[in-house]
Amino acid sequence: MNPTASTAPLQLYNIRKAYGALVVTGDVSLNVEAGELHAIIGPNGAGKTTLIHQISGHAPSDSGRIVFDGQDVTKLPMAERARLGLVRSFQITSILPRFSALENVAIAAQACSGSSFRFFGNAAAERTLNDTAMALLSRFGLAARASVPAGQMSHGEKRQLEIAIALAAQPKLLLLDEPLAGTSHDESQQLIDILQELRRELPIVLIEHDMDAVFALADRVSVLVYGRIIASGSPQSIRDNADVRTAYLGEEAA
Amino acid sequence: MNKLVDLEAPASPTLAAPVRSGRVLLLPLIVFALLAAVPIATLWGPQGYVLSLITRIMILALAAMSLDLLIGYGAMISFGHAAYVGLGAYSVAILSSHGINDGFVQLGTALVVCFVFALVTGAISLRTKGVYFIMITLAFGQMLYFLGTSLAAYGGDDGLTLASRSILFGSKFLKSDVALYYVTFGILLSAYLLLRAVVASRFGRVLRGIRENPVRMEAIGFAPYRYQLTTYVIAGLIAGVSGCLLANQTEFVSPAFATWQRSGDLIFVIVLGGLGSLHGAIIGAAVFSLLADILSHYTEHWALIFGPILILVVLFARGGIGGLLGSKP
Repeated sequence: MNPTASTAPLQLYNIRKAYGALVVTGDVSLNVEAGELHAIIGPNGAGKTTLIHQISGHAPSDSGRIVFDGQDVTKLPMAERARLGLVRSFQITSILPRFSALENVAIAAQACSGSSFRFFGNAAAERTLNDTAMALLSRFGLAARASVPAGQMSHGEKRQLEIAIALAAQPKLLLLDEPLAGTSHDESQQLIDILQELRRELPIVLIEHDMDAVFALADRVSVLVYGRIIASGSPQSIRDNADVRTAYLGEEAA
Repeated sequence: MNKLVDLEAPASPTLAAPVRSGRVLLLPLIVFALLAAVPIATLWGPQGYVLSLITRIMILALAAMSLDLLIGYGAMISFGHAAYVGLGAYSVAILSSHGINDGFVQLGTALVVCFVFALVTGAISLRTKGVYFIMITLAFGQMLYFLGTSLAAYGGDDGLTLASRSILFGSKFLKSDVALYYVTFGILLSAYLLLRAVVASRFGRVLRGIRENPVRMEAIGFAPYRYQLTTYVIAGLIAGVSGCLLANQTEFVSPAFATWQRSGDLIFVIVLGGLGSLHGAIIGAAVFSLLADILSHYTEHWALIFGPILILVVLFARGGIGGLLGSKP
């Protein structure tokens, strides 16, 4: 396939990752189209998080090619991919625990606003960064918690902060690794509402175990089993797919 | 719920800026006020002894403070930081032995040498992490130490005595202990203010972010390596300046300045005084030097008493002595 043939913002060509003899992802190819929320589901150990690591650059791929926004990013480190707008969240909450919630978001905004090789001037007092961060915190209902050290926030708040940080890094495409993991019913409902808004703003790759959320949010669903995509299509077609039912959904349906 | 509420958001600047309690600034202010007053207070006492002791404390504090930038703010545990003190001291002594006593030439040389050494060894060391980083910085430090011992022309193991202290602006005023004291004091204060600005700046915030969670920082677009290497070089330069001062204070240099034990002392000092506070380095240096001075009057095994003290500080005062005195790192 010729990458210029497709205009999809994210294109994966046969990407593969093995740890020793264990092949975690093998020959995964998929496109994430503009304006779509593309959910990737699959049983535990299917390689979903590894796939996110590969796309984000946290783990290099052994082979294959990743094209983002018309550019081959296969060899780029994670930080450079983030600068291009390929931004991820983490399954296991990854925040700066001793920074306030506001500074967690403000520093991500700083990454997209001028040089960080500035040695003078109080960064914490930079009005534009703080305003951006505050607006994002408000969106997640965290404005009142802005000055709380992130490490002291509740699990649900941290999950929200995690996405606020990713958004502050000005993504052109968002990779969300189980954003709902471990949240209460109310918290996850709140996050789903936010994701409903976000999917209209930018393409999203979503990994999620909460099937209700997946089928409510996704435009397209790909099913990853043992490192291979066994099916890809509309939520309805995935629900009806016999292979998927036996490989994955069946476990719960049975 | 959860509609975009950007416009109504209370983008309060008071919430935005971290609350700086008065206490945080009070402690360093007291420390520097005391240091500034020492020469006056000792006019009627054993001035020579006290001045030289406290000058040495300030020089130690300067090197330790630069290490605090590395360890306390950058989480880069260097076990070879004394190498830069050695480079600074030898720059002064070697130039002096060739009749070049101008302080600015010596300082400039020290800075260039430290810059190159920090850039090269930092670029290599920072490719490793954790215990490997500790070991590789130790190895580079020891390499320099053995280089010093092999410099037969400059005294080898025995070191080298300075013909004279550095000449500044064509004047030999550093001969006066009071002058050296205040020059040291001025440099320590400048370094403190400089580093205080750096850790609060955009650059410093990235550095602190990398300390907290390097993967998160990469995920939002910061490549840690560049920031860490820059920090490594800044810390090396400041330690080099302390080496220049040390050579002037002792009027003697030897490879012993750069041994791993001296690097260990520097870590000891900042842990004692409180990591990640900058002024903790001064408090730590004072307690370290005074304790060593006092204890060594009673027993030559003073290190036996020192060790348990450090263990107690680590166990019961995580912010070091500076933390006990009420300043938050």
